[in-house]
Amino acid sequence: MSGRPIATDRSATGIPTHRLAIWWVLASEVVIFGGLLGAYLMHRLGHPEWAEAASHTQTWIGAVNTFVLLTSSFTAVLAHQAAEKGDGKKAAMLLVFTIGGALTFLMIKSFEWYTEISHGYTITANTFWSFYYTAAGLHALHVIAGAIIMGIVAVGAFKGRMLHRVEIIGIYWHFVDVVWIFLFPLLYIAK
Amino acid sequence: MADTAVDVHHGEHAHDDHHGPSGILKYIWSTDHKIIAMQYMFTGMFMAVIGGFMAYVFRMQLAFPGISVPGFGQVSPGEYNALVTNHGSIMIFWVAMPVLIAAFGNYLIPLMIGADDMVFPKINRLSYQVFLLSAIILLVSLFVEGGGFGGAWTSYPPLSASGEYNQTDLGSSLWLAAVAIEFVAFLLGGINFIVTLMNSRAPGMKAYDIPLVCWMIVIASILFMLSVGPLVAGAVMLFFDQTIGTGFYDPARGGDPILWQHLFWFFGHPEVYVVLLPAIGITVDVIATFARKKIFGYKMVLYTAVATGVLSFFVWAHHQFIAGIDPRMANVFTVTTLLISVPIAEMCFVIIATLYGGAIRLTTPMLWALAFMAEFLIGGVTGIFLGASGADIYFHDTYFVLAHFHYTFFPIAIIGTFCGFTYWFPKMFGRMMNDTLGKIHFWGTIIPFNFIFIPLFVLGMGGQHRRIYNYEHFPELAGADMYQLRQIATIALLVMLAFQLVFFYNWFVSLAKGEKAGKNPWKSNTLEWTTESPPPHGNWPKDELPNVYRGPYEYGHPDREEDYWPQNLPS
Repeated sequence: MSGRPIATDRSATGIPTHRLAIWWVLASEVVIFGGLLGAYLMHRLGHPEWAEAASHTQTWIGAVNTFVLLTSSFTAVLAHQAAEKGDGKKAAMLLVFTIGGALTFLMIKSFEWYTEISHGYTITANTFWSFYYTAAGLHALHVIAGAIIMGIVAVGAFKGRMLHRVEIIGIYWHFVDVVWIFLFPLLYIAK
Repeated sequence: MADTAVDVHHGEHAHDDHHGPSGILKYIWSTDHKIIAMQYMFTGMFMAVIGGFMAYVFRMQLAFPGISVPGFGQVSPGEYNALVTNHGSIMIFWVAMPVLIAAFGNYLIPLMIGADDMVFPKINRLSYQVFLLSAIILLVSLFVEGGGFGGAWTSYPPLSASGEYNQTDLGSSLWLAAVAIEFVAFLLGGINFIVTLMNSRAPGMKAYDIPLVCWMIVIASILFMLSVGPLVAGAVMLFFDQTIGTGFYDPARGGDPILWQHLFWFFGHPEVYVVLLPAIGITVDVIATFARKKIFGYKMVLYTAVATGVLSFFVWAHHQFIAGIDPRMANVFTVTTLLISVPIAEMCFVIIATLYGGAIRLTTPMLWALAFMAEFLIGGVTGIFLGASGADIYFHDTYFVLAHFHYTFFPIAIIGTFCGFTYWFPKMFGRMMNDTLGKIHFWGTIIPFNFIFIPLFVLGMGGQHRRIYNYEHFPELAGADMYQLRQIATIALLVMLAFQLVFFYNWFVSLAKGEKAGKNPWKSNTLEWTTESPPPHGNWPKDELPNVYRGPYEYGHPDREEDYWPQNLPS
């Protein structure tokens, strides 16, 4: 414990500091997505004609991506379980599976966007598509950030260090998942 | 600041500081909460000087249109717009926020709760660096082609959304980017404050033993965190409108300009309380110390702060009464707006009740604290007129609004800061500030302040619109009597700015020759006064971190000979 401040290891609430912090991070994220989706909902209700634009989204691709993300969350839970038991190598392996899920999600998303853009449905096509790309893009940024951080955590876990981080990144990953659970019906199913 | 202490503290250990950078870089790259607080404080004060200079330039143009302003030259209409816009943005985002929340929060929270640092020192350092980046981007935006953004700090589309309208294509995008990056800095800092207060308190410090200023800064951080999200999303949308031509705020393409107003003010109004609460916290602490009396109703202050925070999420549309919102909605927001004055008034009564029967010592910080109350009261009371939707239709966008929010923001950002700065100066720098110079600076600031803004109330009631570059083009606003009032305001501003030199002079003289402060010059109870001034790295020797036995405001306890009872003394 070289120069770590004593403050870092105190826990007056009984909740570990890192877990407390990640929940506050998520609280600030919830309102960012909340504001964006709230704005989208109000607009969508005021513009029934957007249904035409929405009918061009490919529901089955969204469904596959939902499945991919949920599966990656499952391996994140298993990684947490392994970390709790102190098995850093297994936790790292499972995190690599989760990262694989993230990459699959992003590849499917790129393919989807590529076909949409080549059909002329760009971000400036109309305001439905603006919301579509902004919301999904903001979510994709979170997926990318999560995958990168998970890589760092996995390397640490493989060496048996900082195993508590596996839980923290897992909580974040579930949040990314939950945001998608809101995006999927709003952008794909509601035609 | 604390070289020797660093050695004492970490002598035998391998530590970041040892293989880290040395010399001046040690201060730039430090993770010590006190040094980060000073970085925020000095950056904030530097930006305040810039913001003050901008106010000087456009006030000169308003009082003496067409004059070549000394130090600036003639003010063109575009420059005028950029000056007022960036004056507002700087004073709120780059002065009030960094000084009141980040600087005082960083300095006080660990010291007052008996911890040796924040829980995430490196995130703390990152927070300042992101903040510094945002400040640099903002300053750069003033000098790019086309000039700085001139669409007001509220940045309403369509004016802000298209270079065709605002003529400052690059300036507006840089301004928006600077604001968004600044939000990221405060989210990072805010999470740190909240978690530190929740988890790192000294053994024995229960929720009601926390000094109110710490509570206030943390409640403000939570408010900020919960209100800024929609505006972050809104800023991304506006940025896309500006740069790639989406139509989020363009009604012709299915967007809605009012959407921005909702997203902006959903943040913008809680923001008032984000900066107000820390200032009230500072005031309350100073008043308890110099009235030598226990705060009247500690829990009352805390609960009213929470009530204010909750209510502040339901008042935003009172900024939009003339934007075409449903009149029934306007009624609802009138009611919530008038309601929010109740908890704030309650805090004022608590402060008055604390003063009653106290042994009041009129030191410089105490004068600032009392002035905060008196001046903020004027700001609060004039808010009642504006919160009532009927009256607001007439007052909207006049100088009455402008004078009203300066009577709230000036006490918050300037008086509150000077109150805290003069009070904790002995702790920060180890020497006392000169009291006579302090009082000269106090009166030289407070009196001109009222002479600036009372005339502006009168002008506002006379129908003077806010966003006009030269009133000579508007015959009904160009009368000699109106110009007289404008000139009084401008001259008062010049006097007030001149008196700030006294403050800086006092600062440097006191740093060099001030009387040594010792640990506890004000005979105060809270934990920061139990360590050296200035506190060493780690705040206390590692095995002497304080324990807490009682609340922070036990002044004048009947069972004790001294009139104060430090929190860390075993009973």
